[in-house]
Amino acid sequence: MTWSDTLLGLLKDNDVRLITYVPDNVLTPLLTGVNADNYFLSVGATREDEAIGTVTGAYMAGLRGAVMMQTSGFALIANALASLTVPYQIPAIMVISERGTMGEFNIGQSLVARTMRPTLDALGITHHTLTDEITMPFIVDSSIKQAFSTQAPVAFILSPLLTGGNPAARAKLKL
Amino acid sequence: MSNDRAAAKILNRTALTKLLVQRLKHDEAVVAGIGNTNFDLFAAGHRPQNFYMLGSMGLACPIALGVALAQPDRGVIALEGDGSILMGLGCLSTIATMKPRNLTIVIWDNGIYQITGKQLTATGGVTDIVAVARGAGIAASEWVRDEAHFEQLLDRRFDGGGPILLAAKIDDEAGKGQTPRDPALIRSRFMKGLGTGRGGALEA
Repeated sequence: MTWSDTLLGLLKDNDVRLITYVPDNVLTPLLTGVNADNYFLSVGATREDEAIGTVTGAYMAGLRGAVMMQTSGFALIANALASLTVPYQIPAIMVISERGTMGEFNIGQSLVARTMRPTLDALGITHHTLTDEITMPFIVDSSIKQAFSTQAPVAFILSPLLTGGNPAARAKLKL
Repeated sequence: MSNDRAAAKILNRTALTKLLVQRLKHDEAVVAGIGNTNFDLFAAGHRPQNFYMLGSMGLACPIALGVALAQPDRGVIALEGDGSILMGLGCLSTIATMKPRNLTIVIWDNGIYQITGKQLTATGGVTDIVAVARGAGIAASEWVRDEAHFEQLLDRRFDGGGPILLAAKIDDEAGKGQTPRDPALIRSRFMKGLGTGRGGALEA
């Protein structure tokens, strides 16, 4: 099992069927897996706040969902989190591929990455950085259950330690 | 298309919202964007299937898409202002791609950001929102000619035939109601209205 197969299996185990996303290189195996499996319903959004909105509507209508995005996309959703997800108590599951660290070639990514955890902390949103396949199943499974039980969002940050990082960056930096 | 826009009579959001709500006979979900749009929905008489946004400008249509995908047998209506839809036009492409047959979008177009001091929006000038929606792939997009035409357009079930976008030119009147500013309560009541709440014994 690859890390992405394991992660998709954990979403399935917790009845998370809707996947809304804006793509990223690191997310590609997840998105390929989602689109190859009829269990999942995938919505390619044009912006990450749109993806948050659709998961919110679906949750309220009885369908559990996760939003997949990259670090820079997370920087677009502070207002949606502060005015929709958090105050309306929506257990949005966020899966964020971590760009901007451990071998980034793009200065914009390395700068915007610094806003991610402070934003999550400022809004009091639980977040876990997934670094290895050994601890990932326990963290993800228990935190998804906690999110739905306590009606609170949760963010899973996919570290390059887990994913190997962005293949395009590795090529550019000759890593 | 531009002729349709030029010919559209200027109507009143409060009156049209009442007409719409009167037509809802099958517990349709209504997701209303921020400000005047949801003030008028609330003023038309609260229904358990109403969702009132209190921020997240531009997300009424994406939220409604989520409801429509989760409950494909329920009619879902998104109400959104011109300034709000301009903030996230990309959602029209997403909706056109997903083709939710149970989703109807209504755009209230007064050409201004009424609530912040009547500054002009692009739809008050060069942008034809129906042409934008058609270009995004929502073929069934049209301008509301007048009140009788609006009633005619609503004379259908909302659980099929979509996605549909209707744009109505409206005047610059403010909304008439004031939605309670309690997001957790709004969410809880909406979920009860959609049959997904877990209030159980507490609702007795």
